[in-house]
Amino acid sequence: MTTIRDAAQKIMQTAIGLAPERWLPGGTPDPLIGRHGAIGSSVPRVDGPRKVKGEAPFAAEVPARNMTYAALVYSTIARGHIATLETDAAQAAPGVVLVMTYRNAPRMAPPAVFMSDPRAAGASSLPVMQDDAIHWNGEPIAVILAETQEQADHAATLVRVTYTEEAASTSFEYAAAHAHRPDNVLGEPAVIEIGNAEAALAEAAHKIDRTYHTPRYSHAAIEPHAATVWWEADGQLIVHDATQMLNGTRWTLAGIFGLKEEQIRILSPFVGGGFGGKALWNHQILAIAASRLSGRPVRVALSREGVFRVSGGRTTTRQRVALGARADGTLSALIHTGIAAMTAYNNCPEQFSFPARHLYAAGSFKLEQKVADIDMVANTFMRAPGESVGTFALESAIDELADDMGLDPIELRRRIEPAKDPTSDHPFSSRHLLDAYARGAERFGWSARSPTPRARREGEWLIGMGVATATYPYYRMPGGTARITLTRAGHACVAMASHEMGMGTATVQVQATADRLGLPLTHVTFAYGDTALPPGTIAGGSSQTASIAAAVTAAGEKLVSALLKLVGNASPLAGLKAGDIVARDGGLGHRALADRFESYVSILSRANRDQVSAEAEAPMPLEVQKYAMHSYGAQFCEVRVNAVTGETRVSRFLGAFDTGRIVNPRTAASQFRGGIIMGLGLALTEETLFDERTGRIMNASLAEYHVPVHLDVPEIDVIWTDTPDPRAPLGAHGIGEIGITGVGAAVANAVYNATGRRIRDLPITLDKLLGST
Amino acid sequence: MLITINGRGMEVALDPRTSLLDLLREHLELHGTKKGCDQGACGACTVLADGERILSCMALAVQYEGRSISTVEGLARDGTLHPLQQAFIDHDGFQCGYCTPGQICSAIGMAAEIARGVPSAVTPDLAAITILPTRDELRERMSGNLCRCGAHNGIIDAITEICTTEAAA
Ligand code: FES
Ligand code: FES
Repeated sequence: MTTIRDAAQKIMQTAIGLAPERWLPGGTPDPLIGRHGAIGSSVPRVDGPRKVKGEAPFAAEVPARNMTYAALVYSTIARGHIATLETDAAQAAPGVVLVMTYRNAPRMAPPAVFMSDPRAAGASSLPVMQDDAIHWNGEPIAVILAETQEQADHAATLVRVTYTEEAASTSFEYAAAHAHRPDNVLGEPAVIEIGNAEAALAEAAHKIDRTYHTPRYSHAAIEPHAATVWWEADGQLIVHDATQMLNGTRWTLAGIFGLKEEQIRILSPFVGGGFGGKALWNHQILAIAASRLSGRPVRVALSREGVFRVSGGRTTTRQRVALGARADGTLSALIHTGIAAMTAYNNCPEQFSFPARHLYAAGSFKLEQKVADIDMVANTFMRAPGESVGTFALESAIDELADDMGLDPIELRRRIEPAKDPTSDHPFSSRHLLDAYARGAERFGWSARSPTPRARREGEWLIGMGVATATYPYYRMPGGTARITLTRAGHACVAMASHEMGMGTATVQVQATADRLGLPLTHVTFAYGDTALPPGTIAGGSSQTASIAAAVTAAGEKLVSALLKLVGNASPLAGLKAGDIVARDGGLGHRALADRFESYVSILSRANRDQVSAEAEAPMPLEVQKYAMHSYGAQFCEVRVNAVTGETRVSRFLGAFDTGRIVNPRTAASQFRGGIIMGLGLALTEETLFDERTGRIMNASLAEYHVPVHLDVPEIDVIWTDTPDPRAPLGAHGIGEIGITGVGAAVANAVYNATGRRIRDLPITLDKLLGST
Repeated sequence: MLITINGRGMEVALDPRTSLLDLLREHLELHGTKKGCDQGACGACTVLADGERILSCMALAVQYEGRSISTVEGLARDGTLHPLQQAFIDHDGFQCGYCTPGQICSAIGMAAEIARGVPSAVTPDLAAITILPTRDELRERMSGNLCRCGAHNGIIDAITEICTTEAAA
């Protein structure tokens, strides 16, 4: 099966490789790339006023008549069976409407797990509350519905349960000893070997060979996961969800409940932070099941502890990076291998080896990922899954090698800059990493850094600088469809079931559409967040900007054709072909002849139409088969480490990015900064503590899971090359994830420069630096 | 019991276990005040009680009988945004917007604390009569309000703008 698929994919790739460039998406650069308009301007967020007034409705805030409130009871063992389960007291408690356990839950098919089908969105393939088996510590074992949240929460404390425990896999070391290669890593091979890297390493003039550890992390969005659900009288299911995968959730729920997709409507206009975590977990499925049993609307708003029990985060990894270098600083061997913890029921191997596949030239490569099966809540994608922790290991190792060779770490990267993609041989569509380094170094004052550790001290504080490469792939998701409706008043509304979790999606798409149709910003709106609209693609892989823009382009072309059909002989456009036309100045015109122009208002009025609508699907993202398409950045960090306490403070930070054209400098700066700040947490303070004896998460609260707070965050400088990628719609890359990549290494490298201590085990907490005096 | 919310007195009958936050969100449908943890750890639920910032998730509604509560919904006047709300937009002091009402209410309460001369852990001179709203002061005093989107710089920029124009006025 896999072999057939692989073979088919190979044939496809060869065909695309041979195809003339102009046949492919991106083969001719997007005409908007060179034009100046709304794109590139710092437009304020279109949803800003509603958010600052507290008027933006989130999933737990949707009203419903006759609402019930859900509370969940969670297992306290990692593996085994429920032996006894007493629910009478809970059932009898005031206000209780329903107690649901595996005994009375409706029969539901297991969720289709993400990657098992292009439409699948399940975080895990485990059946939900269908029998007495327990698969992780924290799995829901009962749902209480009551008239108020207080009553539900109280009744949940009255459920009594005992278990027959079975041996669980909760030790990473043990599971790692039995680690195995997954079939693939997000569709890419789990192992890539070019030449004999181990042999080249053994013979190398300079070498380093290190092991790095990264812990579990939690998304910790400030909005806890929540859904408000009900069944309409006609069997229609309504789900107000906080999700970054509307259509995938709908398809997957249809499978679980045996419904047609059209019978389900999911709405999610505002999401209080996602970062990969707002997916389809048990709580929505249980709320829908409980609503079916009770016949009443259900609001399931997870407690903060519940978020940690029911939804997984980034998994833990152990990575080896070994670099062999020749005397001139070029690499003869690049080895990046390792193991990530995963469950047996999901497909999320934390692709930490991806950066090494594309970043640097080397004479030989050995890149391999394995997974260790652990009984835990399914881990999932979290901001730059793989790249965030993979760049920590790789970019720390590069720094170690540079130090070893007495080379400036930026100079070392200059010497290993590849001319084409080192593992696929594809040409880069757009790569200006060294330009980003040069600009960043200049602005940050990199030349002031002493290559010798511990060279700067102010009283108790040791001061150091570090640098690291940021990288993240360009993705454009297939399957998105946009509908543009143009009214007689000359207003356009774009509709697509896409997602706005704070990235600025709606704002930048209004900008892009305004330029695409030649309209002012005030004449464009963007409708999203509702499966009643044409299907969108997931908000993942930093892909939405390109995915939506490609669909809008396709719909825009259809719209032009539809309009040309409407124009009569009296129109200045009469007789023109779509190829002659550009959208400009609120209408259509000949690309060269200024007087051959008619406004949209005039075209529609003349044709006596109130509106014209066009809908089209984006072409398949074949550009990535022909080109290596990635974003890059250079992360510069200055830290102050207290020689007495080991406390690390980040005093300065600068990110210089090469991510194609920037659509909106204001929201882009926020995206970059947001990623960097999450990276500071990854580097210094965050860790989901997993008790290896019991499989229980021990710090399931925001008091004990330490995200960076205001005082931890310095003013963060962000700059960009703004060089368009000619192969990408708008010339732009998504930028939601690249900001976090490289930050862990930039901080660790700065800590080394300050203290002379290499910390290869995140997070860099005080205890690891004690005695730095 | 009687309680004043955004200037309007109201009579409410409650389960005494109800938090002030749940009174606002679930009983009065004032969803502007957010629930991020219900444990006093995130600041999303910050409201002003007689002008002082409190965490409404850590407050039982019955404790506030007879008191005057201001929430984010009460800040705009006659359709004009409160200057701090406008400053949040101007400085892009939010992304998802979920922590935003808490940040804004907290900042208003905090500015009053600075004006009253209440020192913080980073105030250089504890006995000083006037405390300057430096970035460090603001960052320290706002650290109880978490933001996971990473809008910290914009938030402090927005508050700085308000604190400095107010100080100048
Ligand atoms: S909800 Fe009150 S502090 Fe988090
Ligand atoms: S804006 Fe999203 S948590 Fe602050």
